[in-house]
Amino acid sequence: MENNTQIQSKVRRIKEQIFLIAVFLCAVIAVIPLFSVIGYVFVKGIGAIDFNFFTQLPAPVGETGGGMGNAVVGTFILVVLSCLLGLPIGIFGGIWLAQFGGGKRGFMIRYAADVLSSIPSIVIGIFAYVLIVTTMKRFSAIAGGFALGIIMIPTVTRTTEEMIKMIPRSLYEAGLALGIPEWRVTLSIVFRTAWNGVFTGIMLSVSRIMGETAPLLFTAFNSMYWNFSIDQPMSSMTVQIYNYAISPFAEWHAKAWAGSLTLVALVLGITLLVRKFSKRVRYG
Amino acid sequence: MDKLKIKTEKLNAWFYDKQVLFDIDMNVYENKVTAIIGPSGCGKSTFIRNFNRMHETVPGAKADGKIILDGKDIFNKKYDAVDLRRDVGMVFQKPTPFPTMTVYDNVAAGIKLYSRNSHSKLDEIVERSLRQAALWDEVRDVLNQPGMSLSGGQQQRLCIARALAIQPKVILLDEPCSALDPISTAKIEELIHELKKDYTIVMVTHNMQQAARVADYTAFFLLGEMVEFDITTKIFTNPSDKRTEDYITGRFG
Ligand SMILES: Nc1ncnc2c1ncn2[C@@H]1O[C@H](COP(=O)(O)OP(=O)(O)O)[C@@H](O)[C@H]1O
Ligand SMILES: [Mg+2]
Repeated sequence: MENNTQIQSKVRRIKEQIFLIAVFLCAVIAVIPLFSVIGYVFVKGIGAIDFNFFTQLPAPVGETGGGMGNAVVGTFILVVLSCLLGLPIGIFGGIWLAQFGGGKRGFMIRYAADVLSSIPSIVIGIFAYVLIVTTMKRFSAIAGGFALGIIMIPTVTRTTEEMIKMIPRSLYEAGLALGIPEWRVTLSIVFRTAWNGVFTGIMLSVSRIMGETAPLLFTAFNSMYWNFSIDQPMSSMTVQIYNYAISPFAEWHAKAWAGSLTLVALVLGITLLVRKFSKRVRYG
Repeated sequence: MDKLKIKTEKLNAWFYDKQVLFDIDMNVYENKVTAIIGPSGCGKSTFIRNFNRMHETVPGAKADGKIILDGKDIFNKKYDAVDLRRDVGMVFQKPTPFPTMTVYDNVAAGIKLYSRNSHSKLDEIVERSLRQAALWDEVRDVLNQPGMSLSGGQQQRLCIARALAIQPKVILLDEPCSALDPISTAKIEELIHELKKDYTIVMVTHNMQQAARVADYTAFFLLGEMVEFDITTKIFTNPSDKRTEDYITGRFG
């Protein structure tokens, strides 16, 4: 015979089990999309990936072969251009916020950065279009890099700030106490010590802008040819994938999958490498 | 008669509205060790952090009065804080090697990051400073290892070597042994004894035996005031203030 308390505690244990299983299932469900996307892209894309895919231009409809070599190169050029804009502003902005951003001005800039990071990327694309494309009267890599660079600024600013703030003040004081000028202490000691963390933030930001499509549609536009001049329209992997994917041709759909696989592999590769790298960060 | 190196006149200091030092008049003599003792929170750190104007870098920190170093008032606007800190070096409580730098670069930091000139004698200076800090024999084979890879006691001597490399006239030590084991502490005390031949030393400690062992002069601070300043033996054997006596006999603090 079981008495009442025994039954109660049994019920409680069963409830607890059910709860744990439910939580575990939710966790599993949460990662299903990730693995199914990666798995699906892999299965669909791997067949169309070969050496030519990375070295050749897109082939015209009806012809077999061809690749998106120009789009791969274009994405890298666009990333470099956006870094030229986003990194100096982001890094120096972050240093300023961390060192001197305690007051009202700091608050306002921090707030502006947070608002900027929440603006949809297509709106930033329109901004770049109005500012640069309509002035130059053509689509260009410059306009695309500008849009992506703007998107980078707030993330790079805030990570730089956060990483610098993690450096103990004692390190800054130790530098000053040696009679090293303040700007030099800030750059060569404090920022240098925070660099591993800042670099992680930069790479995550890079992998994010690599996947941007919307702001490129009407800035860098697209190109079916090799193009290394930044004042000309430039192909990118995302826009090329988009164009292939909405086309009615099965050949091109396969190319879109292959492009997606390349992009996912790149972004995932960067993210994983950076996560591994950032584990080694050590502060004073 | 010992030669005067630093003189403070009516030194007051604040953090925001809270006054933490009250009209301190004190002398520091050349090539002597001056110890500052007193219970924690009494203003010892704040006091010596005025000697190299680190105090003013803290938000809300203020000071007035005078600190005369070699006849010049260091609070004078014409006295650049960077120049002052080349003359008055400091070692902090917790060892603070620069994490991204090797042993060698830590010692060279104050020279390399100060000016762009090529530093032909850098190797020499690094070796000399490490020898002065009694660390050379332990690190000569690991000069290219990270400074952080040394033990705590070695790190603190590395910080001393780093301060010596810029050849200051005065060295401020803010409880340099409080994070260290007894053996490292003994090494640093021995080192301080050697260093006073070439430098003037001001040392904060809340370890009274340490003050008695290494200091020529001792000042006793309490609640932001300097209660008594005298030759160390006098302070510890025959203090003139009742509060000093209470403190050194362990009746409070
Ligand atoms: N950064 C700071 N901001 C505000 N108050 C401080 C700060 N540093 C120290 N104080 C205060 O100043 C007083 C003296 O501190 P300190 O000089 O560090 O004492 P000690 O070194 O003798 O322990 C203490 O009351 C302490 O709380
Ligand atoms: Mg202190």
